[in-house]
Amino acid sequence: MEGLSKKRRLMDGVRRGSLWLSAGLTCGVLALIIGCVLWQGLRHVTWELLSGQRSYLNDTNGILPNILNTLYIILLSMAAALPLGVGAAVYLTEYARGGRWVGAIEFAAETLSGLPSILFGLVGMLFFVRLLGFGTGTLAGGLTLVVMILPVVMRTTQESLKTVPQSYREGALGLGAGQWRMVRTVVLPNAADGIVTGCILAVGRIMGESAALLFTAGASAGLGGFFRALYAPSATLSVSLYVYVNEYGDMDTAMAIAAVLMVITLLLNLAAAWTGRRLKKRKGGR
Amino acid sequence: MEAVLRTQALSLWYGSVQALKGVSLDVLENRVTALIGPSGCGKSTFLKTLDRMTQLIPGVRVEGEIVYRGRSIFDPAVDVTTLRRQVGMVFQKPNPFPMSIYDNVAYGPRTHGIRRHGELDAIVEKSLRQAAIWDEVKDRLKRSALSLSGGQQQRICIARALAVEPDVLLMDEATSALDPISTSKIEELIAQLRERYTIVIVTHNMQQAVRVSDQCAFFLQGELVEAGDTQGVFSAPKDPRTQNYITGRFG
Repeated sequence: MEGLSKKRRLMDGVRRGSLWLSAGLTCGVLALIIGCVLWQGLRHVTWELLSGQRSYLNDTNGILPNILNTLYIILLSMAAALPLGVGAAVYLTEYARGGRWVGAIEFAAETLSGLPSILFGLVGMLFFVRLLGFGTGTLAGGLTLVVMILPVVMRTTQESLKTVPQSYREGALGLGAGQWRMVRTVVLPNAADGIVTGCILAVGRIMGESAALLFTAGASAGLGGFFRALYAPSATLSVSLYVYVNEYGDMDTAMAIAAVLMVITLLLNLAAAWTGRRLKKRKGGR
Repeated sequence: MEAVLRTQALSLWYGSVQALKGVSLDVLENRVTALIGPSGCGKSTFLKTLDRMTQLIPGVRVEGEIVYRGRSIFDPAVDVTTLRRQVGMVFQKPNPFPMSIYDNVAYGPRTHGIRRHGELDAIVEKSLRQAAIWDEVKDRLKRSALSLSGGQQQRICIARALAVEPDVLLMDEATSALDPISTSKIEELIAQLRERYTIVIVTHNMQQAVRVSDQCAFFLQGELVEAGDTQGVFSAPKDPRTQNYITGRFG
């Protein structure tokens, strides 16, 4: 008895220790990256950098165009991917339930969302930039990202539609509601928090995307407003980070960009958590 | 006595499994008809077929006929949303929508195009009164229906079903998830509603069938074994299987 319990205590300690170790390592790595980026980056984040643009003639450095381009591309891609993705998900889960094609489409979407993003960049360049003649700009870049994030939006929406209890659907249909009224008034409102989460995920991917945009949205940037950016090379923050390191060899600005990206991502996640909580509260509300 | 709903040789298959075998039953106007039988005997399936809810399940095939007030409900010209408005359903588990009490009850009328506040207010109050829950919730109509107890939620669901002014009310084991006090409230309610509606209930509880129903139908393995006057079925069953079931030998 004595020996067994001693051995048990030892094994318990070992298991507990290894769990602590893995948790600690994970957090440690995260803290290291965040700390490194913020420490190296934040001190180079100046108002001039945030509000200006890079120019050899005036000898200025700035990332305002890149911040704006990032926003433009997010707006463009989400404006197309959100209605398309949610629409596709609603069709697949609420209308075409159980069909043979549904499985095939879901599998295709799953595969698409797992493809390396540079592949989307290549196809986007051939199709949007050259074949359709959009040239590099936020239009070609945004459309390429639509293709890339559509499966993400669609799959997360589908998953959250599936969490809406079947009894709600039966209740609505039992009162004589048509399919669309049921979807609009009962299913979608109860899936809203999941759809929002999907959108945040998609926006996160857009923010972090560089490979797919390098060929399609361009690697340089200028200040010209939303409509000019559609057809003019418009590097986003992530692309410009690559460019600053690789072409200008300007590590300080690159770290500053990294810090800006990190802060925006943090804000986005906070906004997502807040929105999700609010939607949940309204849903279960008192 | 007029039969509001009349099924003729109704058979139903889930894929290759036959759940109903040639059921012919008349549901009489302003009567409570209880469907009894052991689990899996097809009584819930039968009930849900009466307003075509079983057709939501993939792979379901129906044969035979259901006639509602002289017209087949499978007639392609019959609009299923109109049918479900006339033949309302209360489910086994209370399923109020995650909305306010008011919005729950107003859901049906709004679905059918009633938008004016005064009119909706009147319907909501009338339905909640009919469902015997008005006094308990009248001061908190804007609160979530999910904040209520299970028994209250079920009465909200009944009010929600009544708000579209159905002709027939189907209740699928509507008290099986509730405590005895809530159950007796709902039984009282059924007794009151019988004056205005035709009611079909599915129940596992034979005392309940005796207490609330006028007509009774005993199902076994997809077959309708015996149907008739509740007193008659319970006091002098014609079929030995009914006798065995109601005396508690199986089920």
